[in-house]
Amino acid sequence: MKSFEFVNPASLRSAISTLASAGEKAKLLAGGIDLLGEMKDYIQQPDIVVNLKTVPGLNRLTADRRGLRIGPLVTLTEIAEHPVIRANYTALAEAAESVGTPQIRNVGTIGGNLCQRPRCWYYRDEAVVCLKKGGSVCYAVEGENQFNAVLGGGPSWIVHPSDCAPALIALNASVEITGPQRRRVVPLEKFFTLPTQNVLQETILESGEIVTQIIVPAPAAGTRSHYMKVRHKESFDWALSGAAVMLQLRNRRVAACRVVLSGVAPIPWRSPEAEAVLRGKAVTPQVAMQAGQAAMAKARPLGKNAYKVPLTRNVVKLAVLKTAGV
Amino acid sequence: MAISLMSGKVTVSATVNGEPTEWLCEPRETLLEVLRDRLGLTGTKEGCSNGNCGACSVLLDGRLVNSCLVLAVETEGAEITTVEGIRGEKGLTPVQRSFLEEAALQCGFCTPGFIVAATALLQANPSPTEEQIRWWLAGNLCRCTGYDKIVRAVQKAAAEMRGEA
Repeated sequence: MKSFEFVNPASLRSAISTLASAGEKAKLLAGGIDLLGEMKDYIQQPDIVVNLKTVPGLNRLTADRRGLRIGPLVTLTEIAEHPVIRANYTALAEAAESVGTPQIRNVGTIGGNLCQRPRCWYYRDEAVVCLKKGGSVCYAVEGENQFNAVLGGGPSWIVHPSDCAPALIALNASVEITGPQRRRVVPLEKFFTLPTQNVLQETILESGEIVTQIIVPAPAAGTRSHYMKVRHKESFDWALSGAAVMLQLRNRRVAACRVVLSGVAPIPWRSPEAEAVLRGKAVTPQVAMQAGQAAMAKARPLGKNAYKVPLTRNVVKLAVLKTAGV
Repeated sequence: MAISLMSGKVTVSATVNGEPTEWLCEPRETLLEVLRDRLGLTGTKEGCSNGNCGACSVLLDGRLVNSCLVLAVETEGAEITTVEGIRGEKGLTPVQRSFLEEAALQCGFCTPGFIVAATALLQANPSPTEEQIRWWLAGNLCRCTGYDKIVRAVQKAAAEMRGEA
């Protein structure tokens, strides 16, 4: 990789001011799994790498009656193994456990998982200047698009690679973002942006801004959640298709719910259509299948990824049934 | 000063296989590159260099990591254990011996990573099921054995370490 200056900021303020003053020349290093991979392939070539791990307090995880407060440097292993998260925020524990390998989860952080860049092989190819790298063409449209988007695509057809984001959105999480001028708290659902808004990035983060906390409210009584993921390679892989489902059941009927998909759209894809099917109903295999069909009703596959439509219908169905305990 | 800025070569001090160790490296050098090229610890292998294969697995403060995805400058003050640091009081450890006895290797390139990963597994879980062994070793690729012999070797070492063999 290209050489760079390595900065160990002693405080959040100094990390932010370094990032803000260096602009595009600086990159933030958390676990490094995604960033170092990009730097080795010359997809990112920062002059300055700002090491977030020397900033105190960002690796803290608290679970209490209000919910979870997760620092961005908490590792995926810590989340996957946390007994309270496994019991009460099950979709999040399952999503974290489904990421990569033990080696990757031991180092990879929740903040990095939310901010990681796409895996589209045109984007990851050093020699290809695609739309997401400032070029004029999304090569996936006419090319090898078997892993690309079927919902929300255009003008770029990447899929968002995060497993934890759909689970966190299903659990109504917010992110605290700290920047040079202000600190803001945003629903995680509003954190991700479609390529129509800005094709060069996947989040609302502005120059100098850092995700400083993930806030998950305590689930209401009767809430259950699961994350289900289908991979091309079962031992470890990104999602071909996945679904995070949260159901709040009252008298065996769905009082509230969220369905959020992974692997099918440029952002974690919330499906109001599937949620509308489930709301007020007792979950049966037929209702679950209808939710899956509704989730994919607006799908527009490319040449080689039509398989994702029936696959995702069934992933939604199975995730809903598992969550309902049917 | 609030910021420590490193460029050019920097000095890093860490404990490697129990020995206090100091080296000079550029910030862009990975822990894998430093172990092999600066410290001469060539037991740790470079396979894919992107986190897929696990041939570069080491323990960093007791956690199993891919040394190709850690910058060496980040390991200041850390404890690092490589395959060279895994040794029994009388030669081989049960994990190393059972890999030989069960023929859990052919070309041997992935073996150091497997030894490190399996050792970490049995420290965390002395009685893993076959499924647990396979998931724990999911980040270590072997293109020769088909994994069955590796799983058997880990089961055998686990039994021996529990005093059952």
